[in-house]
Amino acid sequence: MVNWIWMGMIVVSVIFGAANGKMEKVAEAAFGGAQTGVTVCLGLISILVFWMGLMRIAEDAGLVRKLANFMAPVVRKLFPDVPADHPAMGYILSNMSANLLGLGNAATPMGIKAMQELQKINPNPTVATPAMCTLLALNTASITLVPTTIIAIRMNFGSVHPAEIVAPTLLATLVSTGAAILADRWYRRKNKTPPTMTPKTTLPHREGAVHPVSLSKPTAPIGGG
Amino acid sequence: MISLIQIISTWTIPVLIAFIPLYASLRKVPVYESFIDGAKDGFQTAISIIPHLVGMMTAISMFRASGAMDAIIGLARPLFESFGIPGDVLPLALLRPITGAGSLAFVTDLIKEQGPDSFVARIASTIQGSTDTTLYVLTVYFGAIGIRNSRYALKVGLFSDFIGFFAAVAACWLLFGLV
Repeated sequence: MVNWIWMGMIVVSVIFGAANGKMEKVAEAAFGGAQTGVTVCLGLISILVFWMGLMRIAEDAGLVRKLANFMAPVVRKLFPDVPADHPAMGYILSNMSANLLGLGNAATPMGIKAMQELQKINPNPTVATPAMCTLLALNTASITLVPTTIIAIRMNFGSVHPAEIVAPTLLATLVSTGAAILADRWYRRKNKTPPTMTPKTTLPHREGAVHPVSLSKPTAPIGGG
Repeated sequence: MISLIQIISTWTIPVLIAFIPLYASLRKVPVYESFIDGAKDGFQTAISIIPHLVGMMTAISMFRASGAMDAIIGLARPLFESFGIPGDVLPLALLRPITGAGSLAFVTDLIKEQGPDSFVARIASTIQGSTDTTLYVLTVYFGAIGIRNSRYALKVGLFSDFIGFFAAVAACWLLFGLV
């Protein structure tokens, strides 16, 4: 689907650009957009480098695994195919708590770490697993308690109650997160595939069969080592 | 309540930054070396996202510059207004899932033009705050681990954005009254 959207947006843009006589603007926008992409990534470098360094310390100290053990019952329902004591669980939890507290800068690296851990138990490293899709759904819907940026902007423009949007925001984010979880469940059920497994195969396995590829060791191409 | 949450969100990070190395030191982890090891991964990850973001940002800014987005919005406006949804908020429904910076710019502009306490600005603020940029999140998270086939993830994200848009309008109706 991403392939179609991407190609569609570009082709439609050129057609509209031709029809509106905005070809020059479209060409400009292509390179401007490319530049924005790089700028955003450069902005991410400092955050990712710092948090991933800090998280490596937490991992080496056994903190991530501890957090996973402690909170697993809550999240296990959402990620039935990830072993309860897998480090991915710890990162998923840190990612969700950071989102909740509105710490966007901290949430992204934790989410990426969670994805990298999930990738280690992915039998096919170029195809997303159901667990990855669930984690993504939670992050695109992103439950937020305090939308800090928006409150700051409203304050800037002299709002009488800059924080009055906290209540509707919470309502809306609960509804959209609920919708994301339901849709995710529905697709999970619809495309039942062999569940992902740890190479150790210590988990009780619902389908009973061991997926042949799960015993190879797929590692993340990036960041995994 | 709100000030408590704000205190929590300003304190969490510094406390976390101090607590993690302290705890690790007590467990005899060589903290600085661990940090450097992990930090190297962070750099690799950021670099590996560049092609994904460049691809997406290019398509998105072309789409906006060509007038294609305006055309779609023009078509949908009468339909939305017949349901009592202010037409001015419509571009946001399209912008929000594809560009966080773009939609934030749009909301800021709307707040500036219509006043922060107008109904439209409240709806726009709610939409902006209640969801994340689906396409960006997908690009960054899956790009970082080299996923090429994202399966149904995009559909789920867009569906939740769609529901979230109407939920935001409904929540504002509910809490601020019909205007």
